[in-house]
Amino acid sequence: MSIHSTRRHLLGVLGAGGLALGAAACGSSDPFEEEDGSGGDSGSGSSDGGGSGAAIAIGSQAYYSNEIIAELFAQALEAEGLTVDRQYQIGQREVYMPELESGALDVLPEYLGNLLQHYDSEAVSATPEEVHSALAEALPDGLRVLDFAEATDQDSYTTTADFASAHSLTAIGDLAGVDEDLTIAANSEFEVRPYGPDGAKEVYGVDVSVVPVEDSGGPLTVQALVDGDVQLADIYTSDPAIAENDLVVLEDPESMILPQNVVPVVSEKIDEAAADAIDAVLAELSADDLVELNRRSTVEQQSSADIASAWLSEKGLV
Amino acid sequence: MNENPFLGALDWLADPMRWSGPSGIPVRTAEHLGYTALGVLVAALIAVPVGLYVGHTGRFKGLAVGAAGVARALPTLGLVTLFALLVGIGLTAPLLAFVTLAIPSLLAGAYSAVESADPATVDAARAQGMTEWQILTRVEIPLGMSLLVGGVRGATVQVVATAMLAAYVGSGGLGRYIFQGLGSQDYPQMIAGSLLVIVLALVLDLALLLLQRLTAPRGTVAP
Repeated sequence: MSIHSTRRHLLGVLGAGGLALGAAACGSSDPFEEEDGSGGDSGSGSSDGGGSGAAIAIGSQAYYSNEIIAELFAQALEAEGLTVDRQYQIGQREVYMPELESGALDVLPEYLGNLLQHYDSEAVSATPEEVHSALAEALPDGLRVLDFAEATDQDSYTTTADFASAHSLTAIGDLAGVDEDLTIAANSEFEVRPYGPDGAKEVYGVDVSVVPVEDSGGPLTVQALVDGDVQLADIYTSDPAIAENDLVVLEDPESMILPQNVVPVVSEKIDEAAADAIDAVLAELSADDLVELNRRSTVEQQSSADIASAWLSEKGLV
Repeated sequence: MNENPFLGALDWLADPMRWSGPSGIPVRTAEHLGYTALGVLVAALIAVPVGLYVGHTGRFKGLAVGAAGVARALPTLGLVTLFALLVGIGLTAPLLAFVTLAIPSLLAGAYSAVESADPATVDAARAQGMTEWQILTRVEIPLGMSLLVGGVRGATVQVVATAMLAAYVGSGGLGRYIFQGLGSQDYPQMIAGSLLVIVLALVLDLALLLLQRLTAPRGTVAP
């Protein structure tokens, strides 16, 4: 599914004014430069046995929310006295996963469903626990996932409070009783996703057609919903715009939508002490916390470092 | 599907299934051409009269050149997003952006068309007792017609190559293939969409070049 990396990918490509192709296309960072730079670090790291002396390289997707989570991990590790090398805003999963596999990166915040689909494109939706254990199987040697957080950042069928109360909607299945043509604003790939119109029909008996709005649940998608151009929108569940616009995320009792709980993927360089520090962050990271962290970035325009240090001290983690 | 995305794109294009239905290539191509024609037409209704006026009178030339330069520098994706936030999703927002994109070429084509007439010829027409309107329509425009068409050509090629952005905010056109291919890592589909846009741009460019040649008055140098 790769929602987050894809949306940055899209903007990067458009921003560059051309349509690049292939997995390495990435607007915001040069993957080869990253490779050279951090490859050197890893070389010096492995020369002293990859032990505790070398810096832990933390990467992030080119997605603001992902960078905030990476920064939470970074500061939590630093609080344990470890040295951290920040390698943020690496575009696509196709670019950074090989970096993790080669040992050039050691930690990267991921999302359960997206990461599983990267290794198993046939993966079907399931509970977070099931996806987590499937991931443990699917990851290549040398990589593992730590525990996942309650916080999730996944696709949704979201509607306005007015529409929900007018038709007594709480779950996606309730849409079957709505006696009008339903449209959902979403990126056009939503059309071919398992939780797209075909999934809604199959799992919940709901007919819905896609109105493509290509800003990945961003302001245009939200506005199309609020304006009433569409009745539904695919907005990522950690988006502060949901609360700000009094929107309602319809429940998905059948787990049609792939769960996207935050889960760190780490290399062998992460020992028990380091893993414990990261796990402590994950244990505190609730769904509401992630929305609030994002809000501090999108609404208050704070830097990821400031947001992370404030949140870690609020939670007593540093 | 072929491993190589370029060959995959050819396979994609060769599939007969793609050539029918409401999201088939003929429908998407017609939408794409429709958006282009509408954008260029609306822009021409604004820019050509202004350009002719500026070219004929010589007034406000600095302003017209400056405004055209600024409009050229505007990023079209930014404009589409901005207009869509103002007027909502649909065709209006991208159309406004395409009009903005097309105006500079049309404006420059129109005033340079009029300006290109030899001042001695224009003076001779005036001395014969032609009104200013007659000078414009019977002397300056016919003499500059190929430059005017050149402006239309520039605007059309720019808009047809950019009209994929209509799909960014809920409309159709060949952009649907490009965005869907990009979003679902279906690169053959994305490249096929791009190839179709490229072919359209080349065909329109050649057709309008031909028109430019045909409209060049005898005795002048064809472009």
